[in-house]
Amino acid sequence: MLNINEVIETNKMIHEMNLDVRTITMGISLLDCVSDSLDEVCENIYNKITTKAKNLVKVGKEIEQEFGIPIVNKRISITPIALVGGACCKGPEDFVRIAKELDRCAKEVGVNFIGGYSALVNKGMTKADKYLIESIPEALSVTDRVCSSINVGSTKTGINMDAVKMLGEIILETSRKTADKDSIGNAKLVVFTNAPDDNPFMAGAFHGVTEADTIINVGVSGPGVVKRALENVRGKDFEELCETIKKTAFKVTRVGQLVAKEASKRLGVPFGIIDLSLAPTPAVGDSVGEILEEIGLEYAGAPGTTAALALLNDQVKKGGVMASSYVGGLSGAFIPVSEDQRMIDAVEAGALTLEKLEAMTCVCSVGLDMIAIPGDTKATTISGIIADEMALGMVNQKTTAVRIIPVIGKGVGDTVQFGGLLGYAPIMPVNQFDCSAFVNRGGRIPAPIHSFKN
Amino acid sequence: MEGKKLKKSIITVLGKDSVGIIAKVCTYLANNNVNILDINQTITGGFFNMMMIVESEEVVKTFPVMASELEQIGEELGVKIQAQHQEIFEMMHRI
Repeated sequence: MLNINEVIETNKMIHEMNLDVRTITMGISLLDCVSDSLDEVCENIYNKITTKAKNLVKVGKEIEQEFGIPIVNKRISITPIALVGGACCKGPEDFVRIAKELDRCAKEVGVNFIGGYSALVNKGMTKADKYLIESIPEALSVTDRVCSSINVGSTKTGINMDAVKMLGEIILETSRKTADKDSIGNAKLVVFTNAPDDNPFMAGAFHGVTEADTIINVGVSGPGVVKRALENVRGKDFEELCETIKKTAFKVTRVGQLVAKEASKRLGVPFGIIDLSLAPTPAVGDSVGEILEEIGLEYAGAPGTTAALALLNDQVKKGGVMASSYVGGLSGAFIPVSEDQRMIDAVEAGALTLEKLEAMTCVCSVGLDMIAIPGDTKATTISGIIADEMALGMVNQKTTAVRIIPVIGKGVGDTVQFGGLLGYAPIMPVNQFDCSAFVNRGGRIPAPIHSFKN
Repeated sequence: MEGKKLKKSIITVLGKDSVGIIAKVCTYLANNNVNILDINQTITGGFFNMMMIVESEEVVKTFPVMASELEQIGEELGVKIQAQHQEIFEMMHRI
C-alpha cells in the first residue's frame, strides 16, 4: 500500500515544482474532408473537428480535477492543410479561408491552439504547397489560434533550398503583418527538418498522414522537478547525476502515461504517444536553464553547456522510455529563449549567443526556438540561419526546427513581450556578414551519405 | 455518475495542526458512506500532514462534488484538503 511520504512527494512535485501535463493533443485526420469545392472542404473540416474534439476540453478538466494534476493545454493537430486544400484552393487567399475556418473550430471547442497549417516540402513543392506557404503571413495575422509548420528537409531527401529561401521572406512578411503585436505571428510558425508526425507540442504539431484517423498524444513536462531533484546531488559525480535525472524523468512520464490512457479511454480515441519533453515556461522554477545551472554552469551558454545538455537530454529519454512503451514526438529538452526565464537571463548576461544555441540544438530536441532578432534582418540572413539549423538535423538524423521572430521596429538592446506562455525576450544580435549569394543559388542540397560516419 | 462505484482515493490534509481536523473529515466521510482503509499522519516542518486511503462502494456523491466539499471543509479549518484518485501515486511510485 502507498505510504505517506510517496503521497507527499507527488503532491510536492505538483504544488511546489510545477509538475504538470503540458498538453493533451488530439490528432485528427482531415484527409476525408477533401473536396474540389472550397465551401464543402470548410464545412467538412468544421463538422469533423467539432464532432471529434467536442469533449476534449471537458475530459481534460475532469482528469485534472480527479487526479489533482494540472493539464495546462488542450490542443488539436490536423493533417497538413496543403494536402487537404490541394484540390480546392486556387490561390493563397483560398488557404486563408481554411485558416479562418480552423480558427473558428478551435474557438468553438475551446482549445488554445490548432496545429497543422502545414506543408511538407522537403524535396519539392506542389502548387498547393506553394500557395499555402505564400498565404502564411496573412493566415497568421487574421487568426489567433492557428499554428503553422513547414518541413523543408530530411535526412533521406536533403534540404529544399527553394523553400528555405522563400521562408526567409515569408517570416519577414509575417513579422510586418503582425508588427502591431510585436510580430507575434512568427511565434506560431516553425520551420522543420525531419518533422515528427506525432508531435503534440505547438507550434510544430501536425497530424501526419501515416497516423490513424484520430489519436491522443500527450506531452509531459517538469523541468522544475528535475531541478529540485538535482539539488540533492550537488557535488556528486556524473553517475549519480544521471541516475537522479533518469528516476525523475521516469516519475514524470508515468503521470503522462496515466493521463494519456485515461483521456484515451474517456474520449474513445486510441492512445498515440507520450512526448517526454522538458518544456519550460516563463514561471520561476520551471526552467531548463536552471537545470543546466544546477548541473554546474554559471549560466546556460558557458563552456560545458553542450555536454551538460547532451547528458540531460539522454537521461530524460532513458528514464522516460522505461515509463511508457509508446514514446514519440520530439522527446527531449526544449531550449526556447523567451519561454524560459533563466535562458533570458543568460542572454541578458551575455553568456548565451545565437551561435551557442545552434551548437546546443545538435544534442537536444527541437532547435532555435522563440528567438527574437532585429526587425531589419535581411530575408537571406534568416534563410541562412534556417539552412544551418536544417543541415544539423539532416546530418545528425534528428529533428531540428527554427522559430525565429524578427521584431519590426526593434533592435539589439530592446525587449519584446509576447505574453502568457510565450514570455518575453531580449532581441539577440545576428551575424551581419552576407550569405545572399549562397541562399539565392536555388535548388536542393542533396541527402547526406549514410556511411563513413566521422 | 450518481451511484457509480468509486475508485480508491487518497485524501490529503496539509496545514497547521489543530483540534478536531481528523474528526471533522471522518464525520464527513461517514455521512457520505465512504470507508477509510488506512490513515497515516506525520508532522514535517511544523506542518500537519495526513493521508487517508478511502474507498466507497455506494457513493452518494460524484467524485468532483466530494472533492470540492472536502476542499471547503479544509478552508473552514484553515488547512488544505485534497482528494485524488489513487492511480496517480501508484503510477509514479510503483513499477
